[in-house]
Amino acid sequence: MKRNTRAAAGRGVGILYCTLIYLFLFLPITVVVSNSFNASTSKPYLTWKGFTLAWYGRIFENGPLLESFGNTILLAVISTLLATVVGTLAAVGMYRYKFRGKSAIDALLYIPVVIPEIVLGISLLTLFANVRIQRGMISLILAHTTFSIPYVIFNVRARLDGYDSSIEEASMDLGAGRLQTFLHITLPVLAPGIGGGALLAFTLSLDDVIVSYFTNGQTMTFPLKVWASIKSGVAPDVNALSTLILLGTIALVVLTQSGIVKKKRG
Amino acid sequence: MEREKVIVELKNVNKVYGGSNHVVRDLNLEVYEGEFLTLLGSSGCGKTTTLRMIAGFEEPTGGTITVEGESVSEKEPFERDVNTVFQSYALFPHMTVFDNVAYGLRMKKTAKGEIKERVMHMLELVQLGGFERRYPSQLSGGQKQRVAIARALINRPKVLLLDEPLGALDLKLRKQMQMELKRLQRKLNITFIYVTHDQEEALTMSDRIAIMNEGVLEQVGTPTEIYEAPATRFVATFIGETNLFEGCVKETSAHHVSVVVESGELRCRAQGFEKGEMVAISVRPERMKYSAEPVEGYSVRARVKETVYVGSVLKAIVVLPNGNEIKIERLAGQKLPPDGEVYIYWDNGDGKLLHLMDQVFYRTIESVKLA
Repeated sequence: MKRNTRAAAGRGVGILYCTLIYLFLFLPITVVVSNSFNASTSKPYLTWKGFTLAWYGRIFENGPLLESFGNTILLAVISTLLATVVGTLAAVGMYRYKFRGKSAIDALLYIPVVIPEIVLGISLLTLFANVRIQRGMISLILAHTTFSIPYVIFNVRARLDGYDSSIEEASMDLGAGRLQTFLHITLPVLAPGIGGGALLAFTLSLDDVIVSYFTNGQTMTFPLKVWASIKSGVAPDVNALSTLILLGTIALVVLTQSGIVKKKRG
Repeated sequence: MEREKVIVELKNVNKVYGGSNHVVRDLNLEVYEGEFLTLLGSSGCGKTTTLRMIAGFEEPTGGTITVEGESVSEKEPFERDVNTVFQSYALFPHMTVFDNVAYGLRMKKTAKGEIKERVMHMLELVQLGGFERRYPSQLSGGQKQRVAIARALINRPKVLLLDEPLGALDLKLRKQMQMELKRLQRKLNITFIYVTHDQEEALTMSDRIAIMNEGVLEQVGTPTEIYEAPATRFVATFIGETNLFEGCVKETSAHHVSVVVESGELRCRAQGFEKGEMVAISVRPERMKYSAEPVEGYSVRARVKETVYVGSVLKAIVVLPNGNEIKIERLAGQKLPPDGEVYIYWDNGDGKLLHLMDQVFYRTIESVKLA
């Protein structure tokens, strides 16, 4: 009897604990989402004045906001593409070939990951100034590609850990040349690692503030726009756009997850 | 087996890794069309390296390899008319069974209809009909093996190379696959070059066996030749069990050689030995005879140490005066020597005389640098 009550009490504490954790994780997000539906029209837009979808319509009237969002997407797509190509080739090369100083190069890969972003930002700014690269979209793309590459390499390398290179020999044995082997065998087998790395690179680029802040010049990205508007309280249309981005990200994650599960099941 | 057309020829093939690791030494080997040849040896003897050189994954350091009279040295793996079954199967994990088997045909730009027909036929042949939609991860070890074989056979290669293909299977499945591979080979009449370290597998499946040791080809012959007439001490001890009497040649005549061993003097039917040479006489346990009385010319006195019953065979271990143990084997139902003293001997033709200073020995001597 006593034992049962104690077990029940334990279960109660457990549930409470989990609830608090989830509240802690998701409350900030719900604030943004609910504020995007808040009809309040006066700063700082925090008191609830009823439900409205008006802010979602307002997004499309706010030219600079839309432009910053477009820049963010363009920047994320291009830097992800670049980082994925460079990172994948680097990972495959480092897996396949032995060369002098390989372990040193290996260790150096971690530096962009562990280095404080603010240091990376200043370094890039100084570099761009020295080699006279105009601050703008180009410098942003270069900067984002730089910090994304190691993540792609790590992801692809994790995939290569369980990789049996004799399947490449089998492919060549069956009449496929080196390029065909790479396209038909190596690439598809590594695809989950490459896709994971690309997704990571994309999300890193999407919400980057610090490195972008140092390298953007006149070009505005969405995170920078949010950062700039923070002093006057986050405008509700920014909340609305954030909610849409959140939805997009969730959809992306769900899609890739189900894609991977389907692949596994065959 | 009759001497047929040579399909693969290796001439003075050498492979050296990193300047000093000599894995294959002066290998000369002819493989005949349609035969089942096994490269047999313990791990690190160079058999897999030899196979990979024929496939084109490794380049010989010296010597030439020809397939159908044409040197393949300049050819990439994808330009050679040989296909390989890999030890790890090496199936493409992201492709179905059908796509795995069809891969070779697709690379040759075969017409779609023909691909479908040939793949289905091949899958029937390896008894995998109905499995074409599965992925490799959904197959058992034996089934994966069959896919690997079907995939390697689809391009109708002149020679199929198999690198320990049954190594990962359990004993029962291995036996079954051995029979199946042999059946396939006969049916398709394709030359098989098969690498294994399992002597029983080699003896049951092969038309001929090539035994390698430390990169050197020790002997090539039919299973019977290898077992009954081993050419070297290594072959005699590697294949089956044997009793060795080591000694020194005392006299040679036209057909016979007298050998002094610790336990006395023995005569052997042999040629090509020199007086004073170190030799060994190899006698298989089942050929060993015994008698209560000395037998002229061949007998050695021994004491029975123990007899063992192993189901279908009986084994006795007798000890020579110098302490060496000799094995005698009989089929169940036959007799073993009683406890006590016996004289062991053998029929004239059953003692095989071997040069003791084989290539490995001479190489060891050569490699010792004099101070």
